[in-house]
Amino acid sequence: MELIFKWEWLPQLGRGLVLTVELTAACISIGAAFGLLLAVARLYGRNVVYWLASAYVQFFRGTPLLVQLFMVHFGLAGWGIRLSPLLSGIIAMGLNTAAYQAEYFRGAIQAVKRGQALAALSLGMTRWQTIRYVILPQALRLVLPAWSNELVYMLKYTSIVYLIGLPDLMGIGRTIASRNFRFFEIYAVVALIYLTLVLLITFALRYVESRIRVPGLGTAR
Amino acid sequence: MTAVDWQNLVQGVPSLLSGLLINLEILFGLIALGFAVGILIALVQVYSPRPLAALAVGYEWFFRGVPEMVLLMLIYFGLRQFQVRITPFVAAVIALGLRSSAYQSQIFRGAIQAVGRRQMMAALSVGMTRLQAIRHVVLPQALRLSIPPWSNEFSSVLKDTTLASAIGVIEVFKKARFIMGRNYALALPIFLVVALFFLFLTYAGNWALGALERRYRIPGFEAKGAGERF
Amino acid sequence: MALLVVEDLHKRYGKEEVLRGVSFELERGETKVIIGPSGTGKSTLLRCINRLTEPDRGRVWLNGVEVTSPRTNIYRIRAQIGFVFQDFNLFTHLTALDNVRLGLIRVKGMGKREATERAMRELARVGLADKADAYPAQLSGGQQQRVSIARALAMDPKLILFDEPTSALDPELIGEVLQVMIELAEAGMTMLVVTHEMGFARSVADEIIFMEKGVIVEQGPPEVLFTNPRVPRTAEFLRKITEFYGESG
Repeated sequence: MELIFKWEWLPQLGRGLVLTVELTAACISIGAAFGLLLAVARLYGRNVVYWLASAYVQFFRGTPLLVQLFMVHFGLAGWGIRLSPLLSGIIAMGLNTAAYQAEYFRGAIQAVKRGQALAALSLGMTRWQTIRYVILPQALRLVLPAWSNELVYMLKYTSIVYLIGLPDLMGIGRTIASRNFRFFEIYAVVALIYLTLVLLITFALRYVESRIRVPGLGTAR
Repeated sequence: MTAVDWQNLVQGVPSLLSGLLINLEILFGLIALGFAVGILIALVQVYSPRPLAALAVGYEWFFRGVPEMVLLMLIYFGLRQFQVRITPFVAAVIALGLRSSAYQSQIFRGAIQAVGRRQMMAALSVGMTRLQAIRHVVLPQALRLSIPPWSNEFSSVLKDTTLASAIGVIEVFKKARFIMGRNYALALPIFLVVALFFLFLTYAGNWALGALERRYRIPGFEAKGAGERF
Repeated sequence: MALLVVEDLHKRYGKEEVLRGVSFELERGETKVIIGPSGTGKSTLLRCINRLTEPDRGRVWLNGVEVTSPRTNIYRIRAQIGFVFQDFNLFTHLTALDNVRLGLIRVKGMGKREATERAMRELARVGLADKADAYPAQLSGGQQQRVSIARALAMDPKLILFDEPTSALDPELIGEVLQVMIELAEAGMTMLVVTHEMGFARSVADEIIFMEKGVIVEQGPPEVLFTNPRVPRTAEFLRKITEFYGESG
C-alpha cells in the first residue's frame, strides 16, 4: 500500500483550478443578476410575469443540475448550436443558481419590514429611491448567509462539468488519475484543494458580513 | 423531430423508468445511512465532551466541503486501489450517504438545540437517564422540528442520485445518455423527460413529507422552513 | 384657503368602510388632535392625506395644491408633509444622523455638508445630538421616536402628521416625546395628531376632533369638548378614556 504523488501533477491541477474558479465566478454572477430579476417578478409581477417566473424557479429547483447541463450542451447542439463545455457550464449553472438565488432574494426582500418603505415614501422618495436606499441595503445584508451558502454549493457543483469535457480541477484530476492509476492520491489532493477553497470563501464572506453588519438587522449569527 | 424520432423516444421510456428505480434505491440507501449517521453525529456534537464534539465538527466540515463527485471517485476508485472492491451502487450509497449525514447532522443539531436545554433538564429532574431523556423527550420534538429543513435535503439528494452515473451506475441519467447516443436528435426531449420524472418525484416527496409533518404536528410548536440548499 | 383641506374622504377595505366621509380644515400654525376608539379609521385618515393609502373618494388640498389629483407630483407633496409613525420606522441599517440626512440628500438634493449641518441641528433640537452615530437598535423607543421626529423636521415640512406617536412606547418614555411635540406646537408648527394622550390634547390642541366609525362625531376647542360637549357620545368616550389613561401631560 504505497502512495505516490508526483509534484509535476500540481501545476496541471492548478490549470484546472483556474477554470473551476472562472466557472464559479461567472455562473454565480449571472445567477445573482438574473435571480434578482426573478425575485422582483415573483414579488411585484402581474399574472403572466409572476407565473412565468414561478414556473422557471420550480423547474430549475426541481430537476437535477446534471440533466440541465446536458440539456444545454447536447440539446442545443441538436438544434445546430454548438457551445464549448465552458460556455455550456456557465449557462446551465447560471440558469440553475438563478432559480435558487431568486428565492433567497425574495425571502430577504420580504423580511424587510413594510414600515421601512412607508417611511421612505413619506419623506417624498420615489419607489426606485426607496428600493435603492432603504430596501436593498437591508435585503442584501439579510441574504448574505444564504448567498454565501449558494456560492459554496456552486463551487462544488462545477465538478460535474468534466462530464461534458471541461478540463477543470475535477476533469484534470480524472485524467491524471486514470493515466497513472493513482486514484486515491489524486482524488485526495483534489478533495483537499476544494476543501481549502471552501474554507477560504467561507472565512472571506464571514469577514465581509462582520464589516457590513448593523446592530438590529437580523443576521443569522 | 421526425415520426421515427418520436417512436424511439416513446420506446425509450420503459428503459428510463427501470433506471429511475435504481435512483430510488440509491436514494433510500443513502437517506437511511445519512439519517443514522447524522443523528449520531448531531447527538455527539450536542452532548459529548469537547474533543469528541470537535471531531464531529471536523467530519461535518469535510463532507460539506468536498464535492459529491470527488467523494464518489474517492470512495469507488480510491478503495479499489487498496483492493477493496465494492460495486458502484454501494460506493454511491456510501459516498452520498456520508455526505448527506453531514447535512442531516446539522439539521438535527439545530433542531435539538431549538428544543432547548430546559426540556433535557426537566427530563433529568424526573429521574430519567440522559439516554432516556434523549430518546423520549428531546428526539421526538427535534424530529418534528427537523421535517421542513429535512425536506430540502431530501429534494437535494434525490437529484444527486444522478451523479452516481459518473462511477458507472446504470440509473436513469445513464440510460438517457445511451438513448441520446443512439440518436442525437433525441437529446433535448429525452433529458426533458428525465427532468419531468424528477419534477414529479420532487412534488411527490414534498407532498409526502408535508403529510408527515401535518400528521405529527404538535399544536403551538412549529418552526418555519428555510428553503435553502444547505 | 386653509393650509390643509380635507374634503369628504372615503376608504373601504374589503367589506369594511373605514372612512365614511371625513371633512375638516387645518390652518397654518394650528394643532388639531384626533381622538376616538381604535379601528375607527384615524390612522387611515392620516395616511390618505399624503396618499400612502389611496382614498376611494374625496379630495385633499395642501397649500392650495390638490394632493389627490392624478396630475400632482405626489413625491413633492410628501416631502412637504412630515409623518411620524406609531412604530417609528427608522431605517434600521442607518445611524440616527443618516436617518435624518437621507431625505435631505436624496429627496431635496442637498450637499453632504449642508445636509449634515441641518441634520445635526434637528437632532439637537430633539435632544439627541450625542446619539448621532447610534443605530436604531441601540436607542430606546423614546429616543427612536424623537429621531423620527427630527427626520420629519429636517425636511422643513409645512405640516406634520403624527400617527399615535406614543402608543408603542413604555410609559416612562412617553413624556420625552410629548415634550418635543409640545415645543413644536408652541413654536408654531402645523400639526395633526392622532393620540390617546388626553393631557396633551387638552393642553396643546387648538381643536379636538372626535372620530368614531369612520365619521367625525364632534369637533371643537378642548375646553368645549371636555366640559360641555354637544354630543353625548363624546362625553361618554372622554369620560372612559380619562378614567383609563389619566390626565397626564
